Amino acid sequence: MIEFHLDARSGVSPYLQLVQQVRHALRLGILAVGDQLPTVKDVVATLAINPNTVSKAYRELEYEGLVEARQGVGTFVVRTFGESTLAAQGPLRDELAAWLDRAREAGLDEEGIEALFRDTVRAAVGRTS
Amino acid sequence: MTTAIRTDALTKRYGRRTALDACTLDIPAGRVVGLVGPNGAGKSTLLQLLAGLLEPTSGTATVLGGRPSSGPEQLARVGFVAQDTPTYSGLTIRDHLRLGAHLNARWDAGLAEARVARLGLDPDQKAGRLSGGQRAQLALTLAMGKRPELLLLDEPVASLDPLARREFLGGLMEFVAEQGATVVLSSHLVTDLERVCDHLVLLAASHVQVSGEVDELLATHQRVTGRRRPHDEAPAGTSVVRSGHTDRQSTFVVRSSVPVLDPEWAVEPLDLEELVLAYMTQDVVDAHDLTVEVSR
Repeated sequence: MIEFHLDARSGVSPYLQLVQQVRHALRLGILAVGDQLPTVKDVVATLAINPNTVSKAYRELEYEGLVEARQGVGTFVVRTFGESTLAAQGPLRDELAAWLDRAREAGLDEEGIEALFRDTVRAAVGRTS
Repeated sequence: MTTAIRTDALTKRYGRRTALDACTLDIPAGRVVGLVGPNGAGKSTLLQLLAGLLEPTSGTATVLGGRPSSGPEQLARVGFVAQDTPTYSGLTIRDHLRLGAHLNARWDAGLAEARVARLGLDPDQKAGRLSGGQRAQLALTLAMGKRPELLLLDEPVASLDPLARREFLGGLMEFVAEQGATVVLSSHLVTDLERVCDHLVLLAASHVQVSGEVDELLATHQRVTGRRRPHDEAPAGTSVVRSGHTDRQSTFVVRSSVPVLDPEWAVEPLDLEELVLAYMTQDVVDAHDLTVEVSR
């Protein structure tokens, strides 16, 4: 069993924080197939958050095929991340690292890089929609 | 989706003073509603109108399909916890539960007793000797014991320390998860409620300033910043909630159902507190020129 915590100042929505904490626990092997997630009732009682926030997070994880809700019993892990997902990101990560080196050589600092990255993502969304 | 609360131009006047003016709301069942606004905004008046403790001057309120003050059957379906969570200081916790059983046709003694036990309270303790947090929990237990379909709470956590606040709201959310009840709780601080509410009603100066699902409100409001523009030149397709200008820069809080993608603008999301503040300091068009003068 894992225990959730929330960071009110992170700017990440509470439901997404729960999703990320489960994914993180799966990546680290803290959660394995067959493990049960805390019940909605337990999570809301300890964190004092809206039950819909927890349900939404669990639905998202279910949609991703990571967990399964069993009626009247609880929510269980049914799949964990294969090595393949992280491995597949390897080449992309290498390219990004190379690009970051070039950005620093061009005189951009962390903040400038983040701003450029955000703007470019936004512009790309604009082009495709 | 069924409606738990519907009000239409609900108005309450005390003599010449208008406590609540033309309040129109539509709240689906099963929501946890944060009723937020400064002191004196009309929050308590609205809650008391919904509970049937006050009669409106004009307009209508429909609560769980009935009229709030229509009689005992309606009262049995609605729980109300007044400001400062009042209890009878001379009576013990056990007396309070007995009173609850006596006064409520649908009293769930098991639920109430289990809650008192889980809170670690001594049933023979007099309410007057309880801490603020314990007293609030007792008042909440009494409201829950009648198994209401709607629970109205007026500033329930205002006087509680952070731990008692967390425990109180945790217990309330547990009840919501189990019973699926609709809850309206008021506070003058949105930060007290932002984790628990999924629907927001902002009251200020007796008026509803904004009302809606929290997720939707957060998704459709942004702060956009760019070079100085005339005050009505916000990004296309948005409506301005609030604007601010210096000689070089314009900042708008806008509502928009489509994302702002124009690279001329830097776009930031708002949290619930910033959104509430933006609506509480909404634009008055005349103030615009003043701002420019000051900034020069």
